[in-house]
Amino acid sequence: MKIPRLTDTTLRDGDHAVSHSYTPEQVRAIVKDLDEAGVPVIEVSHGSGLNGSTIQQGFSIHSEYDLIKVAVETAKQAKIASLFVPGIGTSKELREAAELGISVLRIAVHCTEADVTEQYFRLAKELGLETVGFLMMSHTQPASVLVEQAKLMESYGADCVYVVDSAGALVQSGVRERVSALKEALSIQVGFHAHNNLGLAIGNTITALESGADQIDGTLRGLGAGAGNAPTEILVAVLNKMDIETGINLAILMDAAEEKVAPLMQTPIVIDRGNLSSGYAGVYNSFLLHVKHAAEKFGVGVSEIMEELGKRQTVAGQEDWILDVAVELAEKKGITV
Amino acid sequence: MTKVKAAILGSGNIGTDLMYKILKNDGNMELALVSGIDPNSEGLKRAKEKGIAVSHHGIDAILEDPEIKIVFDATSAKAHKLNAQALRDQGKLAVDMTPAAVGPFVVPTVNLHDHLEAMNVNLISCGGQATAPLVYAVNRVVPVHYAEVIATAASLSIGPGTRQNVDEFVRTTANAVQQIGGAKIARAIPVFNPAQPPINMTNSVYAVIKEAFDEAAVIESVQSIAAEISSYVPGYRLKGTPFVDYRETPWGRLPTVVIMNEVIGAGDLFPTYAGNLDIMTASAYRVGDVYAAHFLGVKEVTQ
Repeated sequence: MKIPRLTDTTLRDGDHAVSHSYTPEQVRAIVKDLDEAGVPVIEVSHGSGLNGSTIQQGFSIHSEYDLIKVAVETAKQAKIASLFVPGIGTSKELREAAELGISVLRIAVHCTEADVTEQYFRLAKELGLETVGFLMMSHTQPASVLVEQAKLMESYGADCVYVVDSAGALVQSGVRERVSALKEALSIQVGFHAHNNLGLAIGNTITALESGADQIDGTLRGLGAGAGNAPTEILVAVLNKMDIETGINLAILMDAAEEKVAPLMQTPIVIDRGNLSSGYAGVYNSFLLHVKHAAEKFGVGVSEIMEELGKRQTVAGQEDWILDVAVELAEKKGITV
Repeated sequence: MTKVKAAILGSGNIGTDLMYKILKNDGNMELALVSGIDPNSEGLKRAKEKGIAVSHHGIDAILEDPEIKIVFDATSAKAHKLNAQALRDQGKLAVDMTPAAVGPFVVPTVNLHDHLEAMNVNLISCGGQATAPLVYAVNRVVPVHYAEVIATAASLSIGPGTRQNVDEFVRTTANAVQQIGGAKIARAIPVFNPAQPPINMTNSVYAVIKEAFDEAAVIESVQSIAAEISSYVPGYRLKGTPFVDYRETPWGRLPTVVIMNEVIGAGDLFPTYAGNLDIMTASAYRVGDVYAAHFLGVKEVTQ
């Protein structure tokens, strides 16, 4: 099997799990270890992408530009990437991140809305960036729709398109169908980004590789939104066992996960009721902390909010609907706040 | 009763929906012409069916008729920038429904009467029409330090113009939340949701307040402006009662007024879920009608 390119997104997806509190010192320490270990790409930005510091998504304590700057300065071999969500970020933030020296821009949209990415792919290519298209909530659409959307991104200049399991709702057959279909239809690379709500983050990532994926994502200790991601150190260990030689130093990753990342966790990332119900209902993972906040404020249950959000087919960026759902559930129960 | 002659420039969906609104309301305008550039367009066909004069000579046909005093521009920002001067030269009021923003932003419930002598007014964006007045309603009771608005619409209701230029929507809407709403700092974020069946347009406003304030007075102010908006956008309503939530912000832990809103369209041309399009045409109608009344010297406007 080919050697996949691994992107570590502890400093982007993991930003949700630390409530957007990364400091420049933490970023420096984590980037240093990932870089030394030989991880080829390190993603750094607000969890919701450039300019994501908002009430809806959660304000960052430190400017993400400061964090990106530190990451670019620290990395010797690794490329620094940032996530970009059209509408949350605009061309202005894209240009600023490029000026700070990022090399890769990952442009993320709900997996039916690829046509909003054109202006950003074109600008990113003009600025000399490598580009990745991120089809979020890929579990909601069949492979045929993802292929259409990925082809649009390819036509705008994407160098790779990811199947993104934002809700951790895909099982292995679903990963296989989607990744193989993209591999077949595209002449660019294909990637896979997992979440662990059903306990399948590592398994799904391996299935994606077996289906031809060229790029995969992980986070140290699995630190990411909701149930977290495929732990980078475990991925490397598994790839070693499969005789897929990534050249990444497992010992450095294990130490970094244990000593640098685990202490940052506000609570251990486990597949508890909230995370399982989120994955089961197919709800975007970064909703978790917002759902907990609303559940507490309005005196309703986390699982029932998740279930209703799933029924309403919410997409990334719809944290405001959590409040709407919580208010309605509270009203139904006769709870006044 | 004497009416003011109005024309619609652009025979696409927005222009056609507006046509139905002018025809179904017995207001102060008479629809004299619908002018497009495609003789075979569905919009011109529909106008003909309704007995309205049509042309496919675009702006030229409108400029030929000196009696037309109000022109609704439902073309594109690029086209409007080219048309604006000619309309002004001929003393025609332009109600600009494109993102061109040649003239001042107007929201009927907030500042329409400040611009009655303007010859070109701009309707901002769907998100701006829906949320700027809500921010204004808070700000007239207590200063809003930061406002963030999330405008969510069904994917099917978002046309290629918006899709190709999300930056423009973001910039225009945030500017309106500052200029019209009065927020010191503003953000606007669009969300397109492809759910089936399609969702109605929904908007959320977060207004961060830095000082002590009378919560009941804020809620009452918001409810009253929502009722005013619903007088010209019948499907506009608040979802639940606005409430205060405490949030961690860059300015400390502060009370944040949370307002949720839904806009269901009237179903004139667009499906009812497309409240985002309906609020543009309904607001344009309202603006045109108020101007027409002003031209006629009518003091009170009734609908």
